[in-house]
Amino acid sequence: MAVLSRFLGDISFAEEAVQEAFAIALAKWPSNGIPPSPVGWLITTARNKALDRLRREASRSERQHAAQLLNDVEQPEEHDVHDDHLRLIFTCCHPALPPDAQVALTLRLIGGLSTEEIAHAFLLQPTTLAQRLSRAKAKIRDANIPYRVPDAAELPTRLRAVLAVVYLIFNEGYSTSSGEGVVRTELCDEAIRLGRLLVTLIPQESEILGLLALMLLIDARRDARVVGGDLVLLSGQDRTLWDESKIDEGRALVRICLTRNRPGTYQLQAAINAVHSDAPSAARTDWHQILELYDQLLSIAPSAVVALNRAVAVAEVHGVVRALQLVDAIDLPKYHLYHAVRADLLRRIGRTADAASAYRLAVDNCENRMERDFLMRQRQSLATH
Amino acid sequence: MKQYLLSVCYPASGSRPTPAALNKIMSDVKALQREMQSAGVWVFSGGLHASDSATVLRHQDGDIVLTDGPFIESKEQIGGITIVRVPDLDAALLWARKLASATTTPIEVRPFMEHPG
Repeated sequence: MAVLSRFLGDISFAEEAVQEAFAIALAKWPSNGIPPSPVGWLITTARNKALDRLRREASRSERQHAAQLLNDVEQPEEHDVHDDHLRLIFTCCHPALPPDAQVALTLRLIGGLSTEEIAHAFLLQPTTLAQRLSRAKAKIRDANIPYRVPDAAELPTRLRAVLAVVYLIFNEGYSTSSGEGVVRTELCDEAIRLGRLLVTLIPQESEILGLLALMLLIDARRDARVVGGDLVLLSGQDRTLWDESKIDEGRALVRICLTRNRPGTYQLQAAINAVHSDAPSAARTDWHQILELYDQLLSIAPSAVVALNRAVAVAEVHGVVRALQLVDAIDLPKYHLYHAVRADLLRRIGRTADAASAYRLAVDNCENRMERDFLMRQRQSLATH
Repeated sequence: MKQYLLSVCYPASGSRPTPAALNKIMSDVKALQREMQSAGVWVFSGGLHASDSATVLRHQDGDIVLTDGPFIESKEQIGGITIVRVPDLDAALLWARKLASATTTPIEVRPFMEHPG
């Protein structure tokens, strides 16, 4: 829209054109598939729609003027494409849509994830998710949910949903739910790019900084995480392979967050990862500080997954037995990492048979080949000890 | 431009507001209607009698018979409607927010279907 409105000089007109393009996108993409460049496609379609409209409605002199302007609309500049990306995100994350649908829709239209991948991220059946997506698309079309970045008054609430979506895209990239590879770098890069854009757009919002820091600190370990096709856990990673520039940037962002002193879930998770990044070796990790941060995180955002991660820190600070008690009280039967964490704790206190069956459950619930291979190796190594 | 129906929903089981509270609601709703009119978004509005005042016409064996309403047993009742004509859902939500404050009840926002052509 930015591209079009600049050339057409009429924001409402450009907006209508993009609305039309968006409506067409929503009607077409489910059956025809997402075009290789969804945003470029939107702009091109909007431009064509605008041209159609001018031909129909405008007087002759206006037509000539408009045709000249439209001829000037060449390939959109990268900057404007980013703007359009953001607008589309805010539309997909509109509060009139159910929260689950907001996330699913953005992953589908912006992230380009398949319905299966999104379903896995939500631990849902693909058919359930497909229905959720089509209902959401119908509502955007029928209720005329606008295609724009919300105004200042609305922005904070609208932003929360957007951040959740960006982080989910990152996670899908960093730990691909199914298929061969572990890391889909294009999704990680996309999420980080969106994070940077959001920082530029709303620099005063600390949680955006926190999210960007979190993604950078995790992504910095990308090259150390997979060696020779095998997954390597944080504790076993070669820290010289970590990307120092990403870590430095992440650290700097965490420091800004600390001085602002308005903690939120992303900032706390970023701080936890910064502590890991600061440790010269796994053995010298400051687990006390990590546990403190998890306590804070659990108090502001209680969830089973946070409780599980906190239990890992508890194992280092207060011992494996205490951690296992916590883990046994958590209900995440379909989450492969739940079983993986539990298996590791059982192994460490010598309950080898229980560890083996926990690894079996972890393998059964894991859809990524590389992660599954890792879990199977762990299980096999039990027998040799 | 698009038309949206803003329905005043209230729980059937809820107690009626006091006369004083009702007066306040009525004057706030009237003031909001004037605001909608001067903003050029107002199409129609009106309050409704309770659903036990309704009559339903129903096909039965090739004839039309009269019965009482199908919504008498509903937990939620419609107390009134307003129709606004605005560019998009965000604009409709802005007015619905004001209406919710004025009526002190939930407001359902529903888009009208577009007429083809």
